[in-house]
Amino acid sequence: MGRFDIGLSPRGLTLLAGLLVLLIVLPWFAGDYLLTVLILIFYFAYVGQAWNVMMGFAGQLSLGHALYVGLAGYLTAVLFIDLGIGPWLGLLVAIPVTMVVGAVIGFLALRFGVTGVYFAILTIAFAEFARIGFDHLEIVNGSGGLFLPVAQHESVDFWLLRGAPVMFYYVMLAATVVALVLCRLLLKSRIGYYWLAIREDEEAARAAGIDTFRYKMGAIVVSAGMTAFGGMFYAFYYNNLFPEQIFSISRSIELIIGPIIGGLGTLLGPVVGAFLLTGLAESLNTVLAALGVDLPGAKQVLYGVCLLFVIIALPGGVWPWLARRLGLAEKGT
Amino acid sequence: MPAEIYLNVAVSGILTGLVYGLMALGLSVIFGVVRVVNFAHGEMMTVAMYLAVVCFSAFGLDPMIMLIPIAAVLFVLGYLLQKGVINAFVTGPESTQFLLMIAIAIIIVNVLLIIFGPDARGVQTSYAYDSFAVGPLLIDATKAYAAGASIVVAAALYAFFRFTLIGTAIRAAADNHTGALVVGLNVQHLYAVTFGLGAACVGAAGTMLILLIDVTPALGPAYTLLAFIIVITGGLGSMPGALLGGVLIGLTEAMAGLVFTPSAKSMFGFGILVLVLLFRPQGILGRKT
Amino acid sequence: MSALLSLVDVTKRFRGLVAVDQVSLDVAAGEICAVIGPNGAGKTTLFNMIAGGFAPDGGTITFAGQRIDGLSPDKICRRGIGRTFQLVRPFPGLSVEDNVIVGGLLHRTSVAAARERADDLLRHLDLHSKRHQRASSLTLPDRKRLEVARALATDPQLVLLDEVLAGLRPTESDRMVAVLKALNRDTRLTIVLIEHVMRAVMALASHIVVLHHGARIAGGSPETVVRDPAVIESYLGADTPL
Repeated sequence: MGRFDIGLSPRGLTLLAGLLVLLIVLPWFAGDYLLTVLILIFYFAYVGQAWNVMMGFAGQLSLGHALYVGLAGYLTAVLFIDLGIGPWLGLLVAIPVTMVVGAVIGFLALRFGVTGVYFAILTIAFAEFARIGFDHLEIVNGSGGLFLPVAQHESVDFWLLRGAPVMFYYVMLAATVVALVLCRLLLKSRIGYYWLAIREDEEAARAAGIDTFRYKMGAIVVSAGMTAFGGMFYAFYYNNLFPEQIFSISRSIELIIGPIIGGLGTLLGPVVGAFLLTGLAESLNTVLAALGVDLPGAKQVLYGVCLLFVIIALPGGVWPWLARRLGLAEKGT
Repeated sequence: MPAEIYLNVAVSGILTGLVYGLMALGLSVIFGVVRVVNFAHGEMMTVAMYLAVVCFSAFGLDPMIMLIPIAAVLFVLGYLLQKGVINAFVTGPESTQFLLMIAIAIIIVNVLLIIFGPDARGVQTSYAYDSFAVGPLLIDATKAYAAGASIVVAAALYAFFRFTLIGTAIRAAADNHTGALVVGLNVQHLYAVTFGLGAACVGAAGTMLILLIDVTPALGPAYTLLAFIIVITGGLGSMPGALLGGVLIGLTEAMAGLVFTPSAKSMFGFGILVLVLLFRPQGILGRKT
Repeated sequence: MSALLSLVDVTKRFRGLVAVDQVSLDVAAGEICAVIGPNGAGKTTLFNMIAGGFAPDGGTITFAGQRIDGLSPDKICRRGIGRTFQLVRPFPGLSVEDNVIVGGLLHRTSVAAARERADDLLRHLDLHSKRHQRASSLTLPDRKRLEVARALATDPQLVLLDEVLAGLRPTESDRMVAVLKALNRDTRLTIVLIEHVMRAVMALASHIVVLHHGARIAGGSPETVVRDPAVIESYLGADTPL
């Protein structure tokens, strides 16, 4: 799965630049519906990228990433509702806290030699812990749900993240771009090389002098911290939080499907995956609506089938295959 | 609270735990032999549960009668799944297999959701409210039957592996894949049979569980998780461990539900899981690899 | 002059089986020392203890004056001991160049500097033309040279080579021997190698240690060792051409 990253050929770079420009000017002529779909795509591209850091780069499978989304979401929400602290300031608390939680899980797992599938199950356990725990937590209103005051649609308050879809659109677009740039810098740095080495063969990495514990912890912590922003966005965009939903294992799985289908370990994989999946899902919804049929669960079946298809037929992911086919890949990759 | 209540709840927990144990047994067998982590285990059980519901509501067939047929259907499904899809990935990286099973799990859950809807479905047998009085205990008939059937199925599985030729062949293949190939065993077929058997266990467990619990599509992932907790606690790859783990989890769940709030009872399961993973990853009866 | 690497009475037991039985050996800086012996003699176990795979049950291992027994593999690499594996383990999904860059990053913080070092080593080991190929697509001899390059990129003082010539044809084997000899001569790299190819051992080693059933049965210069009757009986055989 997902090895060798795909460098972009000149054609590919031009295409990416063009796409970026298009996305920037899109709100001028696109309706709210398209914007909300794209916001969803960017959200999944962003958290998918955050997860990709841990799995695609460092090879640690986390199936409980919803834990970080939920923690950060609830933290920033409570800070806003109870103390009037805006989301951006709230992040200054939420990100470190989430990173610490990630560090604790990572430490427990690595110190006690919990790896591979067992590690994945451990991450599930922690997310479930949070789900049940928050269900009983008074300060967040437990299973009753936490609601943010919905502000006026017209006034755009960037500081408090209250406003029209357009604002959220740009915030999430910017976040996705920043995440991509950050990941690229990481990948090409010493840290990135060490992560890839650990992913490929941990014992050989150790023999080359790499302190695998330190770098695996680094990946876990960076991934958690990145995901925290996604959590904050979720809280302030949807304006309601329920433990059953935000910590649920289906959420954790939902956010990993994009990067896997797009291309694990590649830079653009999560983005391509998010576009593909959400695009397919919306098309499916449109078709079903046109037929007058309401099939809850159809979207997930589609996701499952896509995942199955990619695992069986395109193990490197759609993006590497697509890039090579369309001549977007750098020569030699 | 009077002691009888604790006792009754404990016994009830143990009996339910035996059914859980049978479900986990299937997972353990699959992992122990084929080395595949079946993340769709609970989902496969819900398939069996829904089959039992349909047989009962459409044809009036009691789950106890349908135990063997449904287990057989699940056997075939498991066999085909292993031979057709999973086998290609047995030698690959374990994360790929895991993700493959996750994909299958997602598909099963949501297909069931489409077919049956999200509402709970159950089975109301004529003996649903019967109970046996044994000294101070009042034991539900359904729980007793379910637990009894689970023990019988587990024993049958044990006998199969111990005393039949094909069972021995499977154990050989589990011990040494290459060695088995070298002596001419059709390992692919044996793996498929094993997966089928694991599925049959889960099918039997599901057919019994429907007597105790109503089924919804969301039950699948919840029971997959439970199966993992049981198997890891009891010892991955250990058959008695799976049953022991099941009883343990059934007991703690029941007692926790009694002493604390019912909704927090699964937290205990997770607590045990974390402790086991950290301090005794091979489980109670497992062997250190 | 004290030895660079010193093993004193190193012992390892695996559940009742004594794999390494009180083995002592000294390797001087700049020396090429070969550890030979029949299969199962404990050679790779010995290597694994030096490289940090597991700790010895008894005895001490000292490197550059400091105890290293029981340290983790990455710490040992950072102290200056590089190693290759008996069954080669390159990073399969990474390019040849990236493989060596990973090694080079140990003592360099910039990727560019590591790349320079990597390219230099790849040229030495005749892999430069294949540097952008994926490691998994290489032939066995190339993969062996890649592992050597990666180990060398960590700038070790001493390198442990575990059957680095196994599976190579005579011409490839001679090539590798020439490279190792040149490295030892030009950079004073200390080499300890496990080898079965006696021709190479005789060409390279200035010091040979012979293990049998976990114990050291002979040691010294190549000439004395190959004439030692115990060695001939247990390993070489009377007709071994030298």
